[in-house]
Amino acid sequence: MTDCYIARSSAAARALGGSAVIMSADSSLITLNEVATAIWNAADGVTLLSEIVERAVCGQFEIDPSTARADAEDFINRLAQHGVLIVSNQPIHSAESSARS
Amino acid sequence: MSGRLMESVVGRAVELSVPITAHIDLTYRCNERCLHCYLHRGASAEMTTSEVADVLRQLAETGTLFLILSGGEIFLRTDALEIIAEARRLHFSVKLKTNASLLTHDIVTQMSSLGLQGVDVSIYSANPAIHDSITQLPGSLRKSLDAINHLHRAGIRVSICNVLMRENSEEVSAVRQLAQELGVGYTLDPMVTPMIDGNASVLRHRAEQDAIRKAFLEFNLSGRPGDDCPPLYDDLMQGIPCSAGHCQVYINPRGEVYPCVQFPVLCGDLKNQSFAEIWKSSPALAEVRAVRFQDLPVCSTCVHGAYCTRCPGLAWMEGDLRGPSSADCRKAEARTGIPPMYRHD
Repeated sequence: MTDCYIARSSAAARALGGSAVIMSADSSLITLNEVATAIWNAADGVTLLSEIVERAVCGQFEIDPSTARADAEDFINRLAQHGVLIVSNQPIHSAESSARS
Repeated sequence: MSGRLMESVVGRAVELSVPITAHIDLTYRCNERCLHCYLHRGASAEMTTSEVADVLRQLAETGTLFLILSGGEIFLRTDALEIIAEARRLHFSVKLKTNASLLTHDIVTQMSSLGLQGVDVSIYSANPAIHDSITQLPGSLRKSLDAINHLHRAGIRVSICNVLMRENSEEVSAVRQLAQELGVGYTLDPMVTPMIDGNASVLRHRAEQDAIRKAFLEFNLSGRPGDDCPPLYDDLMQGIPCSAGHCQVYINPRGEVYPCVQFPVLCGDLKNQSFAEIWKSSPALAEVRAVRFQDLPVCSTCVHGAYCTRCPGLAWMEGDLRGPSSADCRKAEARTGIPPMYRHD
């Protein structure tokens, strides 16, 4: 798990009561729970997912680290399939800005 | 999009008092003169580009995600694309309502890069003579259909929006068929509503009740009375009758704030107050929010109460915020065949 990820600027998203609500370009409405929101909010295109999981998930929630890493990877891949995240094995320095808010 | 998930988001937004959906009319100017239009057209003060941008920023800060930009005809504003781009930069999910007749190939190309959620285009008939007689703009159907084709080819999600009225009541199937042929979505509003100031003169264009009933049948929205009239459970009685003012808001071209486009109770003016201040402190909004279904003396006892799409704005325009909306009574009757005041035992 060495991927970096960042929200696509085209993603429509907003925080609702501490949870992220995302509307993808394919009209999928996605609501994130507290853990997923922490991963979403940490997306900067540079920090490795493994580091984010360790810091923003394992450091904040009572969760088994290996389970957290597997779930997080699955989660970002699913968001990438909906077109709201870019995932890369290299740091992402594109013009894409974050959709977090 | 999952309807249940959307319900859950709306429910959470109501609970948190977040205006998750905002509808902004950017202009009341229009190049069409639709017979049934609920707006007063023509010259009227409009927010400038920078004022609209500031409103968008405030809405984003308050938590709005779903943004509807409408008019009048929004593309009469030369800054329409600039405003849409700003809305997308602020990560709104943006839907446009337009007659599309002003959309050139070049404008559609620019729109295609903006990541719009969709574009609703008003089409009232597949027959140019009927459509153009409703819009009172010769050639308007041809222009709108050309634009729909451009939009569709550009990968933008389009939905044809029809309004059932006396003049096009025989055209419902044809417009639906047209949408299928074009590969776009289709919605039908069965009811002409009064103008935004309560002027009821446009109601002469309302379709006959039989035509409304037929439209419901065609959309498979009619059901057996026993299925359609569930009892009014306690959670429904204690719930809110509509999300207007709870999690949705309407802003007119001048920057005046209302609970909904169809609910002309002025709640504040963005030229004098911040959006957050209006949303939190408006006495008019507080009054709207205080109403629970159990407070509606007629509707809370009506057999249609559990599913009726009663519009509080229309009820207010008829003189009573807590009263029935006759348009919705007619819709409920058209759907079920049961008169609206028939009550549960």
